[in-house]
Amino acid sequence: MADTAKAKGGGSAKSTGGRRRSRKDTTQGAPSGTTSAVADEKPDALLDYYRRMLLVRRFEERTGQAYTQARIGGYCHLNLGEEATVVGLMESLQERDYLYTNYRDHGYAIHKGMSPRRVMAELYGRTDGVAKGWGGSMHMYDTETRMLGGYGIVGGQMPMATGAALAVSYRGGDEIVMCQLGDGTTNIGAWHESLNLASLWNLPIVYAIVNNFTGMGTAVDKSSAEPDLYKRGSAFRIEGVRVDGRDVLAVRDAATELVEKARSEQRPYILECTSYRLKGHSVVDPAKYRTEEQTAEARSNDPVAAFEDQLEKAGVLTEDKKKEIADSVKDEVADAADFAENSPSPDVSTLFDYTYATPVANESRRMPADPVFAE
Amino acid sequence: MSVITYRQALRDTLRDEMARDENVMLLGEEIGLFEGSYKITEGMLKEFGERRVRDTPISEEGFVGAAVGAAMLGLRPVVEVMTINFSMIAIDQIINHAAKVYGMFGGQTSVPMVIRTPGGGGQQLGATHSQNIELFYAFVPGLKVIAPSSPADAAAMLRAAVRDDDPVLLLENLGLYNSKGEVPDGDESVAEIGRAAVTREGSDITLIGYSRMASASLQVAEQLAEQDISVEVVDLRSLRPLDRQTVVDSVRKTGCAVMAEDDWLTYGIGAEIAASIQEGAFDYLDAPVRRVAMAEVPLPYAKPLETAALPSAESITTAVKETLSAVGKRVG
Repeated sequence: MADTAKAKGGGSAKSTGGRRRSRKDTTQGAPSGTTSAVADEKPDALLDYYRRMLLVRRFEERTGQAYTQARIGGYCHLNLGEEATVVGLMESLQERDYLYTNYRDHGYAIHKGMSPRRVMAELYGRTDGVAKGWGGSMHMYDTETRMLGGYGIVGGQMPMATGAALAVSYRGGDEIVMCQLGDGTTNIGAWHESLNLASLWNLPIVYAIVNNFTGMGTAVDKSSAEPDLYKRGSAFRIEGVRVDGRDVLAVRDAATELVEKARSEQRPYILECTSYRLKGHSVVDPAKYRTEEQTAEARSNDPVAAFEDQLEKAGVLTEDKKKEIADSVKDEVADAADFAENSPSPDVSTLFDYTYATPVANESRRMPADPVFAE
Repeated sequence: MSVITYRQALRDTLRDEMARDENVMLLGEEIGLFEGSYKITEGMLKEFGERRVRDTPISEEGFVGAAVGAAMLGLRPVVEVMTINFSMIAIDQIINHAAKVYGMFGGQTSVPMVIRTPGGGGQQLGATHSQNIELFYAFVPGLKVIAPSSPADAAAMLRAAVRDDDPVLLLENLGLYNSKGEVPDGDESVAEIGRAAVTREGSDITLIGYSRMASASLQVAEQLAEQDISVEVVDLRSLRPLDRQTVVDSVRKTGCAVMAEDDWLTYGIGAEIAASIQEGAFDYLDAPVRRVAMAEVPLPYAKPLETAALPSAESITTAVKETLSAVGKRVG
């Protein structure tokens, strides 16, 4: 059973999900009640989720390593500790559904369907990267898999995702849009404006908050007057649900339910996944704002390790299978890194290729030292 | 050939583009039931319905950003931002997103949207409602910023903007809405964004402007022609991309230049034009480039103060005459 709490829109936000943990509790303790859920699942599916979570884990570890080796530049925000949320959310989407995310986007890009090779090549700034080296870590985008971008400005993706849902609605399509965001985003104006439009216009969109309880270094209860983030749609008559984001099955189930409701009802929904990042905000953040207890607690509640443990106890994950998955994930990540290493850097002659989609007269193609007018 | 207002030209073109392409939709405050604060969208809701003509709440960041997202999925939203002053609420969506999505994702998706927004002082609206901040947008690669000065141009440029695959900010001007001009009947011309126009040929001096100041410049040139002063007028039309070459070619011919702009002097569009002339026509210059611009104050409400702060035909005329005197050309 997922530990969910619901805030019904239009009225006072109250728990309807039975047993509900306090806010503090959601960051503590292993996902509960999942052992029985595991028994109801197809073993192949469970192993697949485990493999996907492990792929994000190993991919991000490799990314962090490459970053410290200066193979990757810029900012680099990893999904470490949020693997169950990533996999659970992406499992809820159909191929035709659209995704907008924030800057912590590598795992989402991979599990929306982009090849780890091309994600890694983008991190390396190479031509085979998903955005040909123009986007980098924060800006994964792929038209084909409908991953419509990671965005580096907090909340920047919210109005756009809402507008994408407007386009779907305008055309009478049955796709939905998922807009992933962090806890800090729920305090910016774009959040409120987007929810208002989505509810007014009955748009098919799920706002998926990954609440890792830390907006960079500031705790949620220091930044949000209503720290139960799933309730924050109630002012707009948008129903919200909270789920334990370290429990892949719980996330999958809650997200799937909301995605299908958004699709059938043509309404927006909010899903809050309580999560916890194992490391700092970005690769270079030592997370000194956390106490040793908090860090130790996070490590002891590692969602990948917890799921592994559950599957082992349930007899789904044998030692052989575990090794087989570990090896194949290791190979896949090594292959992605090799691919990125061997992909060429973009040619400088392409510098002016992506300023405008419709060619335009007098577009400046001046290099820094060039004169404005040739004699 | 019909003589219609700038407002009517915009309205007719918008309606034609709506009728032509199902993907064109309108978004903005008060554009439907109210028929637009400046009546550009008059009749649109009745003709096209609520699906295609969408009144928005007062939330510029939300609806401008929604237009960006809708454009990424292939709609061609035309957003009305009631005045350019309010566009600042949406500046993240315009500069960080609309302008960047195409490049940042390696050309995979474009943002075919138009932001129509009026600017301009002279209406006694006070400091926050009288600004010409098009420069903020013209500064940014990835955006196209156009500023038509006549009804015919307004029609041709709006048509171009709607059909363009990039985000285009179309600057209207409160002072031009009622101005009239000839627009050929059944005209379907599409302006080429990024091209300036020589709207009057002359040999003594080049007068450069855009939007209301391009219109005023033409008026000044006509008046000065009566005094045997031959003024060439360049209407910039497009602030990004900027057609420097047309300006430079004209100054190479006339030997001197005055830039008239409805924005603040320091760092303004005229600064860019003056710099371009310096780089492209230094050896041809007989006098320093003069700039006529708004006084550098938050625009006051009181009419005499506001009038004094704004550039006008008179202030342009003075600058032209002083420049010509400086080079020893006979002025009337």
